[in-house]
Amino acid sequence: MSDSVAGRVAVRKTYKLYIGGAFPRSESGRSYVVSDSHGGFLANAALASRKDARDAVSAARKAFAGWSGATAYNRGQVLYRVAELMEGRRSQFVSEIRAAEGIGSSKAEAFVDAAIDRWVWYAGWADKIAQVRGSSNPVAGPYFNFSLPEPTGVVAVLAPQRGPLLGFVSVVAPAIVSGNTVVVLASEQYPLPAVTLSEVLATSDVPGGVVNVLTGRVPEIGPWLASHMDVNAIDLTGAPDDLRDDLAVAATDNLKRVVGLSASTDWAATPTLDRMLTYLETKTVWHPAAM
Amino acid sequence: MPSKRQPARGRAGLIFGDLWEFDPAPETADPRLKPRYDLFIGGKFVRPRSGKYFASINPANERKLADIALAGPADVDAAYAAAARAFGPWSALHGRERGKYLFRIARLLQDRAREFAVAETMDGGKPIRESRDFDVPMAAAHFFYHAGWADKLDYVAPGRTAGPLGVVGQVIPWNFPLLMLAWKLSPALAMGNCVVLKPAETTSITALKLAEILQDAGLPPGVVNIVTGAGGTGSAVMGHPGAAKVAFTGSTEVGKLIMRQLAGTGRRMTMELGGKAANVVFEDAPIDQAVEGIVNGIFFNQGHVCCAGSRLLVQESVYDEVIASLRRRLGTLRLGDPLDKNTDVGAINSAAQLAKIRELSDLGEAEGAERWSPPCDLPERGFWFPPTIFTGVAQAHRIAREEIFGPVLSVLTFRTPAEAVEKANNTPYGLSAGVWTEKGSLILWMASRLRAGVVWANTFNRFDPASPFGGYKESGYGREGGRHGLEAYLDV
Amino acid sequence: MVPTRPNAARARLLGEAGAVDQAGIEERVAKFATRSIKRASKVWGLRLAVSMTDLTTLEGKDTPGKIDSLCAKALRPHDHPGVPPVAAVCVYPAMVARARRRVGGTPVKVASVATAFPSGQTHLRTRLAEVRGAVADGADEIDMVINRGAFLSGEYARVQDEISAVSQARGAAALKVILEVSELETYDNIRMASLLAMRVLRAGDFIKTSTGKTPLNATLSNTQVMIEAIRDFHAETGVAIGMKPAGGIRTAKQALHFLVAVKETLGDAWLTGRRYRFGASSLLNDLLRQLERERTGAYQAPYSFSEASESY
Repeated sequence: MSDSVAGRVAVRKTYKLYIGGAFPRSESGRSYVVSDSHGGFLANAALASRKDARDAVSAARKAFAGWSGATAYNRGQVLYRVAELMEGRRSQFVSEIRAAEGIGSSKAEAFVDAAIDRWVWYAGWADKIAQVRGSSNPVAGPYFNFSLPEPTGVVAVLAPQRGPLLGFVSVVAPAIVSGNTVVVLASEQYPLPAVTLSEVLATSDVPGGVVNVLTGRVPEIGPWLASHMDVNAIDLTGAPDDLRDDLAVAATDNLKRVVGLSASTDWAATPTLDRMLTYLETKTVWHPAAM
Repeated sequence: MPSKRQPARGRAGLIFGDLWEFDPAPETADPRLKPRYDLFIGGKFVRPRSGKYFASINPANERKLADIALAGPADVDAAYAAAARAFGPWSALHGRERGKYLFRIARLLQDRAREFAVAETMDGGKPIRESRDFDVPMAAAHFFYHAGWADKLDYVAPGRTAGPLGVVGQVIPWNFPLLMLAWKLSPALAMGNCVVLKPAETTSITALKLAEILQDAGLPPGVVNIVTGAGGTGSAVMGHPGAAKVAFTGSTEVGKLIMRQLAGTGRRMTMELGGKAANVVFEDAPIDQAVEGIVNGIFFNQGHVCCAGSRLLVQESVYDEVIASLRRRLGTLRLGDPLDKNTDVGAINSAAQLAKIRELSDLGEAEGAERWSPPCDLPERGFWFPPTIFTGVAQAHRIAREEIFGPVLSVLTFRTPAEAVEKANNTPYGLSAGVWTEKGSLILWMASRLRAGVVWANTFNRFDPASPFGGYKESGYGREGGRHGLEAYLDV
Repeated sequence: MVPTRPNAARARLLGEAGAVDQAGIEERVAKFATRSIKRASKVWGLRLAVSMTDLTTLEGKDTPGKIDSLCAKALRPHDHPGVPPVAAVCVYPAMVARARRRVGGTPVKVASVATAFPSGQTHLRTRLAEVRGAVADGADEIDMVINRGAFLSGEYARVQDEISAVSQARGAAALKVILEVSELETYDNIRMASLLAMRVLRAGDFIKTSTGKTPLNATLSNTQVMIEAIRDFHAETGVAIGMKPAGGIRTAKQALHFLVAVKETLGDAWLTGRRYRFGASSLLNDLLRQLERERTGAYQAPYSFSEASESY
């Protein structure tokens, strides 16, 4: 992110929140400084407030009916489209990760590639998870009985603090692939790749409100998301250890489905189905089979 | 019989009188009750360390049936210790052999089916017709179904290596005492776990009778331990550090307490909690069968059913006909001695539950809903509540929102399918729902929009060991039954 | 204006009748079969069933002698005085005059199948002539078959017109309209056909399940569909139509379950031979056997009862 090339002053980007398909600043008007790995100034990020979180949950709820009602084939293509667009912005992501984490280019490239491939992996699951997880059940009676997975609803995600892009994708994609909508709080220290990704999402085919990205502090936003009665599930991966239990307790008020009780995850490894399954309910239907 | 779509006018009344009154037909099989039931720990019946017992009564006449041991923390510790000792050999046993024990249990239960049905009816108040035709055979069916899974763990979650979790703590409710025990025990054992189980305070007897069957089956000591008691015992079972997983069926209120208690411990949990199910009747529905389904939905087991169809949503165009048919049908329900083979509606399980049903029903009236019950004489002793319908109920009324867990139906209306979905989903619960229509495509359209774990089309309150059961939202998480139900008892 | 669809008649009739869910109706009747009828209520029900029986013989080998013994049995099913006579004897038209001579002037009616029973597959004029002949010979009741071919090809008006024509021809006799439910196959069809028939019947007439000449006859389920139709028709019009399940009811226990369905669906007013009949032959002896078991406390031998015919 060189600031000037041959005397030209670069046009810097303003990093904002992503809520309901729009890019507002925090309603609180606050921001915080994001630094590079050497402590130098990178950018200001919006410091989301509880009201931003509330708005993001509303936007996610509003988007749920349409997104969960889309065909699995359609959701798969939409996720694949995100991968395509990221590929086009590959160098931007590489340089953002390098600047933020202070890692070498080959390592940064590997993270970006893995993040793109993760979208592709999940895109493929969209129209297969029901086949793998659904069943027809041979009940003793004149009924055709089948079980199928359905999205839980609105998922709040505290994205991992490390792994600003691959980790972020690895916690968002498994929620939305099956039709959930998410409110995700990006890594506090490394929020910029997430904001850039939200720009990719805004220009992709992901409908507004399906992914809502907040930047800010877990201790401030996390409790509001964990206690929000219109949030159906929560990923506590990005929560600090001393806060995780409290958030888990708050999440019981409306029986949120909870993942991320331990923070350590190897994001580079091929995921298991566990995250996807946490955000899926099994619905069983009894349909009469008779004249 | 002109158009179904017009409210019936000038209905000539029918007489459902006593021209042919049935003589009492009590079931006379001996329930073989013991005067005192001890704890079942390590394969033996042992006295509680507390030395305390409490009475289990017949809610139909308030007579004491037996003294039941009250397990304290030390007893719960002993149960977990016995289970932990048993776990090694039990989990190492070939699945094929584990399965044989479950098959044996199923068979032994079938052998003593009538005896168990009578005991269940005496202890819980449910009609013998239900305990005989539903609870006991369905409990045996669950053991049969899961027995066959015991040597097929690798097929539960294909691609993953699966093994048992360890010792599982289970707390079950009083509405289907034996059946809930079967729902809980059979998958846990099939997957190679050991169990500490606590029956509900008011209905311990069939669990302890089943312990006799476990002995007869030769189940290794400690694989199943049954500790009886009230909430304190339940809390000790759920909170015990020896539990690798806990499973609870009961109220949402208590479920949340347990979850708070265990939040952050990483303890695996499955919760099967309350419900306020919508039963949606469309104008083209087969009305007589819908009425039957409404009756099954809310008056089955006196409405002590978490998935009960307690909110009836009727399309306005058939409202009058449905209500008239429903009232007529209720006029033929027979309330009384649960042991009488012709009884349709039995006793309320406990004085406390009766008080809760009364309180919410009185509230329904106070809030302006119209209350109706068929003429029926309630026995003088015991806990009784007549089948009750509230019409003119609004979404805002507490009887439309809170789980009553009794024979009380709240009737609301709707005009369009979308409105039906909106009203049906307007609840923190999401356990079950019913849809009545002749249009198959509408059934599936509704089924995909109802936020509920079980959707019954043109039927209600049907269960099967192969059919996963469990809730959305505040009705719980995890499934019981089918392949899905096994996952909660496996470490993959 | 929307053009009329080819199947508009069926859609209209089904819309008016309302559909029946098979799984649901079968679940409902299963509950009737779990009712436990004991002691005095059992005796009451058994006697009622006797008084509702259309004692039937419908065989190519029927002779005047057979009719005579059937009529004797109908009048006095058993020696015990507590046993009432049956409702009617049911015979072929050629046997009506003979039966009339045996039971005329008693409470036992003479019922005759007519209208080219059991198939109905002959000209309407022939069927009507058969009805008039049976009535002229002294039949109190006519058991006719509907035109199932016409029903299944959607000619509902024709089905109804033919019933009307028979209704004209039967004069003062009561009419029982046999739907032959096994050939209609679906519960929707049974309910629709019940409605078609009842609309042209008089109070005191019956609808009837079967001829007894097909493999599947009266069941609790198809009878339930019909009595619910009777109940709904009565609610709408005030006209009380009777019900006659026929064929396949062989045991007293079955008969009691059928009566439980009546009690819980149509109510007390239908618990009478004026509004409910059993078309049966072997049923009667099982009713008697059970009555004797209740009276004497001992199980009875088949030879204790006359006319142990297993036909029908």
